[in-house]
Amino acid sequence: MDYKVKLEIFEGPMDLLLHLIKRNEVDIYDIPIATITEQYLEYIELIKSLNLDIAGEFLLMAATLIHIKSKMLLPLNEEPEEAEDEGDPREELIKRLIEYKKYKDGAIQLAGRRLLGRDVFIRGIVPTDEIEGEGGLVDLSVFDLIEALREVLEKAPSDISLNLSAEKFTVIDKINRLMEVLRDIKNATFNSLFSNDTTKGEIVVTFLAILELVKMKMIRIYQSEDVGIRIYMPDKPEDEVDSSTTTKPEEHG
Amino acid sequence: MSFEMDREALKPLIEALIFAADRPISIEKLMNILEGEGREDVRASIAELMKEYNETNRGIVISEVAGGYQMRTRPEFVQWLRRLFNFRFSRLSKAAMEALAIVAYKQPLTRVELEDIRGVDCGGVLRTLLEKSLIKVIGRKDLPGRPSVYGTTREFLEAFDLKNLSYLPDLRDIEESESDAVREATEDYRQSRNNLEEEGGGADPAGQGNGEQGCGDPTGSKDRS
Repeated sequence: MDYKVKLEIFEGPMDLLLHLIKRNEVDIYDIPIATITEQYLEYIELIKSLNLDIAGEFLLMAATLIHIKSKMLLPLNEEPEEAEDEGDPREELIKRLIEYKKYKDGAIQLAGRRLLGRDVFIRGIVPTDEIEGEGGLVDLSVFDLIEALREVLEKAPSDISLNLSAEKFTVIDKINRLMEVLRDIKNATFNSLFSNDTTKGEIVVTFLAILELVKMKMIRIYQSEDVGIRIYMPDKPEDEVDSSTTTKPEEHG
Repeated sequence: MSFEMDREALKPLIEALIFAADRPISIEKLMNILEGEGREDVRASIAELMKEYNETNRGIVISEVAGGYQMRTRPEFVQWLRRLFNFRFSRLSKAAMEALAIVAYKQPLTRVELEDIRGVDCGGVLRTLLEKSLIKVIGRKDLPGRPSVYGTTREFLEAFDLKNLSYLPDLRDIEESESDAVREATEDYRQSRNNLEEEGGGADPAGQGNGEQGCGDPTGSKDRS
């Protein structure tokens, strides 16, 4: 069984780079290109091993990073004039990253305003309870999810190999199982979905199921300060009778 | 009727119009409806009305948004209002929000220009933003293929509580410092390459930058937000 979830529906290589820069807490103006390239390539490998369909742009960026890295390592007996003209090989990439980050921060600022239908209301407004746009991720990146997955994978008992086709569970099975669980308990932490003896194969299948549900906007994913990532399945509208009789998990603005 | 009303008579009338309008109503539109009333009188009545609403103990304020005036609930009551709607509100995914920010700040721009910045395909988010009327096609670029050029809508201004586009929050002054910092980093890089040649050593180029955008301390003692 070959199950592929398309990753690029969520985010692209720039998002991954910014994620790595933030995670490593390095200066965006002075990126340690060797470290970042290494981690970037590790990520690509992990994503591929998860059977996620990786967009061409990710591979193009990998090539770009390797190219920049090799230019930084050029022998020092280059003509001084040539070095002057070349400048920092990272410059172009840094500029692109800074520009993108600028708008990402702008998006956060915009989202923090008093939004109509969320913070303030007008006469006759009918909110729809939808996440508009790609996937069900509102305030965290798919790479945060993948990080969380890595942590779970590290603690899991080692398999001989990560062979998905040998897995007893299919992604469809897991999707159904997850939906059952979430219907009952409504809101779960990411980690609680895996137990100590879950095999790596099953972990990965569970993760793919989560991604698929996020893509279909069947579940919402939030970042919570205390327990990390939380997963929540919104109720069907028909289930609503009276808001005072239902308890709701805390909503993020 | 074209006789002039005094302010006290104008106020409740304007109040009724603002209430009944299905979108923010501009001074021009009000003047149109109130034929004969001078702009200054209308403006002053609105100002007094807004003062009464916004400064007294009411649940509704009159906001100036999207080039007009609109009654909106007081932000302090958000949690009760959300209960009214069973905690339902539509929100934008991260990807859609980021694409929208780029369109808002860089408009007018084409899909290709947007994708150059985001580094990923934007067909889906553009469709979403168009469907939600947050962006629209404002023209076509004079290039092969005549690509559509996008910009934000009045609905966008309404949704994000903006009077007009000049009220978009400043992008953290990166615009000014960005080119300086990149130039500085490049200078330092060249300088340290020269130093290395002289010393014959193998240390990494220093590269200063002003660190504003970086998460700072490479030794990792800072908190990650």
